[in-house]
Amino acid sequence: MPNVHSSKQYDLELEMIQSKVLAMGGLVESQFHDAMSCFRSGDIAQAEQVIKGDDTVNQLEVSLDDACSRLIVRRQPTANDLRIVMSTFNIITDLERIGDEATKIARSAKSIKERGPAILNHFETVRVIAASTSSMLHDALDAFARLDEKQAIRIIAQDESVDYEFRSIMRNLITFMMEDPRTISIAMDTIWVAKAIERIGDHAKNIAEYVIYIVEGKDIRHTDYAAANKDSAG
Amino acid sequence: MNNQTSVNMNQKTTIGISGLNFFYGAFQGLKNINLNILEKKVTAFIGPSGCGKSTLLRTLNRMYDLYPGQRAEGSIMYHGSNILEPGQDVNMLRAKVGMVFQKPTPFPMSVYDNIAFGVRLYENLSKGAMDERVEWALKKGAIWDEVKDKLGKSGLSLSGGQQQRLCIARGVAVKPEVLLLDEPTSALDPISTAKIEELINELKQDYTIAIVTHNMQQAARISDYTAYMYLGELVEFGETDQIFMNPTKKETQDYITGRFG
Repeated sequence: MPNVHSSKQYDLELEMIQSKVLAMGGLVESQFHDAMSCFRSGDIAQAEQVIKGDDTVNQLEVSLDDACSRLIVRRQPTANDLRIVMSTFNIITDLERIGDEATKIARSAKSIKERGPAILNHFETVRVIAASTSSMLHDALDAFARLDEKQAIRIIAQDESVDYEFRSIMRNLITFMMEDPRTISIAMDTIWVAKAIERIGDHAKNIAEYVIYIVEGKDIRHTDYAAANKDSAG
Repeated sequence: MNNQTSVNMNQKTTIGISGLNFFYGAFQGLKNINLNILEKKVTAFIGPSGCGKSTLLRTLNRMYDLYPGQRAEGSIMYHGSNILEPGQDVNMLRAKVGMVFQKPTPFPMSVYDNIAFGVRLYENLSKGAMDERVEWALKKGAIWDEVKDKLGKSGLSLSGGQQQRLCIARGVAVKPEVLLLDEPTSALDPISTAKIEELINELKQDYTIAIVTHNMQQAARISDYTAYMYLGELVEFGETDQIFMNPTKKETQDYITGRFG
C-alpha cells in the first residue's frame, strides 16, 4: 500500500496479515511441489511428510482467520483495507484447499507405489498440467504480493488451458483403460491426481480474482471480465 | 463476582481498585467496583451515559474532592497506599495521576506558559531546563512541529485538536505515571481524533492510561483492556480483543452490538 495510515499500528497489523498469507502461500506451493515429486519418484516417506505437513497449513488458516477477525474488530477497515481483509478471508480458504489437494496427490502416490510396478507412465501424463498449474499458483501469489491486476488477468486466462489439458488427460486415460483393463487402477489414481492439479489451478484463479477485487473494487467472479480484458493485460 | 478471569495476571498493577463505592449525596454512583489498572497499558471504560465511567475515572485522582457532598468508600491502592484515606497529598497525587478532559481547556496564556505553569507548581527549574521540558512535553504531545514557531502565542489561538494535544502535553509535562483521559476526542474532528489515538498508542510506552470513551470503536482501536459498566456496576472487564470478539456476559454483547435499550 503506497499510503500509510495515521495509525502505525494499523499498518503493522495489515502488513503482518499480508506477509502471513504469503508465508502460507509459500508453504502450500512447496506442499504441491513435494507431492508431485513423490508422485514421480514413489518416495513413500516424502508422501507421508506431505500428508503430515497439511497440519501446519490448517493451523495457519485458523490463525489467519483469527488475525483478520481481530483486525475487523479493532480497526473497522473500510474501502481498500476492507477489500484486503475480506479477500484475505477467501484467499486463505483457497490456500487451505490447495493444501488438501496436495495431500490427495501424496496419497495417490503412496497407493500407486504400494500396488507394485507401474504399468503406465503416470507422471508423464500429468507433467504438463502440473507445470502450468504450478506456475499459475506462483504467479497468483506474486500478483497478490504486488497487487498486480494485469498479472491476475493473465492467470485467469491461463486457467482455461489447464481445464482443456485436464479434459485431454481424461480422454487419454480412458483410452488406456479400454485397451487394457489392467491399467484401470493406476489410470484411476492418475485421474484423481490430474483432477487435484486442475482444482489447484481453479484455486489459483480464485486468488487472482481477489487480487482484481482488491485493486479495482470489482467482483469479477462468474463473469467474463478476464476474457474481455485479456488484450489490455498483454 | 470474578471479573478478571481473562486478564493476564503476570501484568504489573499500577492502580488496584477494590470494593469501591461512590456517592453523590444519597445517590450511589458506583457499586462495589473491583478492577486492576495495569502498568503501561491502555484501559478503556465504556458504557451508556450515567453508567459511572467518568465517576470512576474521577475517583482515581480524587477529582471529586472539589465538590461537596461527594464521597468514596473502599480502596484505591496506588504505590502501596489507599489514596482515598485522609492525609493523602492530593496535589502530589494529581501530579502523578494527570487528567485530560472532554473539552480542551488550555489556560488563557501562551503555549509556552500552558506547559510551564503546571511544572512550576512542582519543580523549580532553571530557564534552560524549563525550555527543554516544554519542548520535551510538546514533542510527547505530538504538537511540537505545529507550535514551535508560536510558543508565545495564546493557547486559545490553536485549533480544537491542537488545543487538546496541548492539554495532553501539559498533563505529560509534570511527568506523571498515569494519564486519565475523559473522552478526549469527543469534541474533535476525525483527523484530530486519529492523531490523538496515535498519540495514546505512543504514550503507553511510558505511561499507564485510563480512558473513558463514548465511542466503542475507539475503545476497540486503542485499548488493551476494556471495562463495560452499567448503572454504576462493572459488568465485564477483560482483554479488549476478548470483550469485542467474544464477551462472556450477554449484557456486554448487547451493548457492543448496539442491541441496547
